[in-house]
Amino acid sequence: MKNYCVYITGVGGQGVVRTSIIIGLACVKKGVNVVMSEIHGMAQRGGSVPAEMKIGDAYSPIIEKGGADLLISFEPAESLRAMSKLSKDTVAVVNTQPIIPVTVALGTSVYLDPKMYIDELKSKLKRVVVLDAESMAREAGNILALNMVMLGASSATPGFPVEKEFLVAAMKENLPAKAIDANLRAFDMGFELAAKELQ
Amino acid sequence: MSDILTAKPGSKLYLLGNEAVVRGALENGISVAATYPGTPSSEIGDVFMDVAKDAGMYFEFSTNEKVALEVVAAAAASGLRSFVWMKHVGLNVASDSFMSIAYTKINAGMVVLTADDPSMWSSQNEQDNRWYARLGNTPMLEPSSPQEMKDLMKYAYEISEKSGLAVLMRTTTRISHMRGIVTVGEVHVGKKKGEFVKDPFRFVPMPAPAYAAHKRIIATLAELAHDADVSPLNKVYGKGGKLGIITSGPTFNYAMDVVNEYDLKADVLKLTFTYPFPEKAVLDFIKDHEAILVAEEVDPIAEKEVFAILGKNGLVRKIYGKLDGTMPMAYEYSTDILKAAISKALGITLPEKTAITSDLKLPVRPPVWCPGCGHRAMYYATKAAIEHLGITNAVYPSDIGCYTLSAAAPYRMADYLTSMGSSIGLASGLSVATDQKIVGFIGDSTFFHSGMPPLVNAVHAARKLVIVVLDNRITAMTGGQPNPGIPLNGMGEVAPEVSIEAIATAIGVGFVKTVDPANLAAAQTVMEEALGFDGVAVVVARHPCVMIKSKDKSTKQKLVFTVDKAKCNKCKVCVTKFACPAMFIDEDGTIAIDQALCNGCGVCVQVCPEKAIGVRR
Repeated sequence: MKNYCVYITGVGGQGVVRTSIIIGLACVKKGVNVVMSEIHGMAQRGGSVPAEMKIGDAYSPIIEKGGADLLISFEPAESLRAMSKLSKDTVAVVNTQPIIPVTVALGTSVYLDPKMYIDELKSKLKRVVVLDAESMAREAGNILALNMVMLGASSATPGFPVEKEFLVAAMKENLPAKAIDANLRAFDMGFELAAKELQ
Repeated sequence: MSDILTAKPGSKLYLLGNEAVVRGALENGISVAATYPGTPSSEIGDVFMDVAKDAGMYFEFSTNEKVALEVVAAAAASGLRSFVWMKHVGLNVASDSFMSIAYTKINAGMVVLTADDPSMWSSQNEQDNRWYARLGNTPMLEPSSPQEMKDLMKYAYEISEKSGLAVLMRTTTRISHMRGIVTVGEVHVGKKKGEFVKDPFRFVPMPAPAYAAHKRIIATLAELAHDADVSPLNKVYGKGGKLGIITSGPTFNYAMDVVNEYDLKADVLKLTFTYPFPEKAVLDFIKDHEAILVAEEVDPIAEKEVFAILGKNGLVRKIYGKLDGTMPMAYEYSTDILKAAISKALGITLPEKTAITSDLKLPVRPPVWCPGCGHRAMYYATKAAIEHLGITNAVYPSDIGCYTLSAAAPYRMADYLTSMGSSIGLASGLSVATDQKIVGFIGDSTFFHSGMPPLVNAVHAARKLVIVVLDNRITAMTGGQPNPGIPLNGMGEVAPEVSIEAIATAIGVGFVKTVDPANLAAAQTVMEEALGFDGVAVVVARHPCVMIKSKDKSTKQKLVFTVDKAKCNKCKVCVTKFACPAMFIDEDGTIAIDQALCNGCGVCVQVCPEKAIGVRR
């Protein structure tokens, strides 16, 4: 199969790595090959956390310039930081909730109105799904389920190669049992919203 | 129990390279493992801590990499299969003993894994540890995937036991932190105990035995060179064509993806057994091609081997690589870099996707201390003490750990750093070389790692300086591993605690005081006393890491801190001087606290000059 390339980004602590692990586990369950690259260590302390993965017959998970099929961005400004991996054909799923870095209060950098980053992305990409994943997670019953809202929405985008049954099985294996119902609700809410927006 | 230990043979796991290599060790009868944590190798230790007891083996987080290597060498000398791993700069620490392994030999397989960090994702330099294979007369294997990280352990132990040498396994960030599908084999429990059979002429490399050993090592390496030449680990992935691409580790992946994606006529030689360099295998590959591209990260080691082979054999070939400017000399490679190089070597243009661009300026998002981190409070208190005493010439030698982040605004209190433990040695030197006020910062784990010898030095040299030991009760930056300061060991068992204060006192430090920096006033007072002390002063700033505390969040009711908007006069001290990431400037210009990020440490209450922050009851 042709490789399907996913670039996932956010800020340390948002669940970027866990989301990509669940996608990978779902691939294992479906029986398709997957490779992924993650960054640990110093960068994780409140810094940008990108993970990249290729589903298919790739040897390396590192995505080429403009090569991402899907961008999952947990934070508005971080979605643009990924731009070297994005092309006009990349489908993006972006959370609206900003995380303002300390450099803004220190006056060494500026965080624009979050809508500006998203509008910029929309002007460059053909398809962008925008959602307030934090509110949706809260509505689903667990704010920590934010990443499963994002995953649900991503799985509704055209070309996403792993079906819901495999993703749910991977979630059940990887998430704490007591939080699974809220996470499944969060996943469905994300899926429904994205499916509607993409119509 | 972790499926890394329990998964049945033949099953497929989705593993990080660093997890897969543990399974590899378990499948090959490992008995003893040791490490000092360091990114990108840290998760190996986390997994061993999880499985060691159930696997019936021994594992420890040693005080430093040299000790870890010695523990493992002694096990291998006693006939037990052993494994030690570290980040690339960790091998510098271990190198003194590492250099003696070839001279003394071992009696059971010993694997030394070095996790290099091209592009320096979390390191102070980009050193290429493939040189250590040459320096230490140590055969080397370079995996390209998690599956290989597991599978190569079998070869590594076999090569080690055949030669009596340790085997160096060299990974990089992109392999150690690559996740992929790994098919596992059968776990074999290693021997519980070995026996050390005395052989002083071998195990004690005084001049005479070392003299004899060096000649023996050269002969062993010659045999291994033949093994490398015929090894199935060095393999051609052929599509035919005039161009041959020589790869190892991650560059194999990048080259294969380019060749497959664009269906190019080129052969890829994957070198996995890379030291002794498989000269004959490479010569055959060169002979079969008109031009060669050498793709290796960091230093042009294989490329110079290729030139040596050409020279020895009177061959002429066009060599594309670092030396002709085709490949970058620094930083990790990527599929894009290989694509450009292969296009150049083939004289073709490959289709490219156009990445989007934007002129919007993005906020800088550097790594920062967590909300509630005791380090922030201690630096804040130190700064207050320095300012209160009117000191204007303070220099802050620093160390490796979360406190390195003090280099950033607004603190800017990391002035000089060279390596683990360097804060105290540099402090001594600075106090000799200058009349400036010297305040060094070091962490608890780093103090045990390499802070004690320089502290002895400072006392004996009668220096005047202050050392702050930031004791957060864990090895934090690498993800939270135990160290000798806490009552827990690598087997997950209760272990004797070692007291930093008792060590400092025993060394002869004249001023030793402990403070919880969450009490800013107390911390400032202690720092002012220490700064006035005529001699070596040690302040232990003890406050547990919030990453560990937050694990029992559910059991404890967290205090909720809020800002009284009427009292806040927008002075912004809390965000511009204290710089807690849980605090932000609200739309009306007053300060607000992000409750999702706040850890409830309460230090901001003490920072606020208007007493505008309080607990919501």
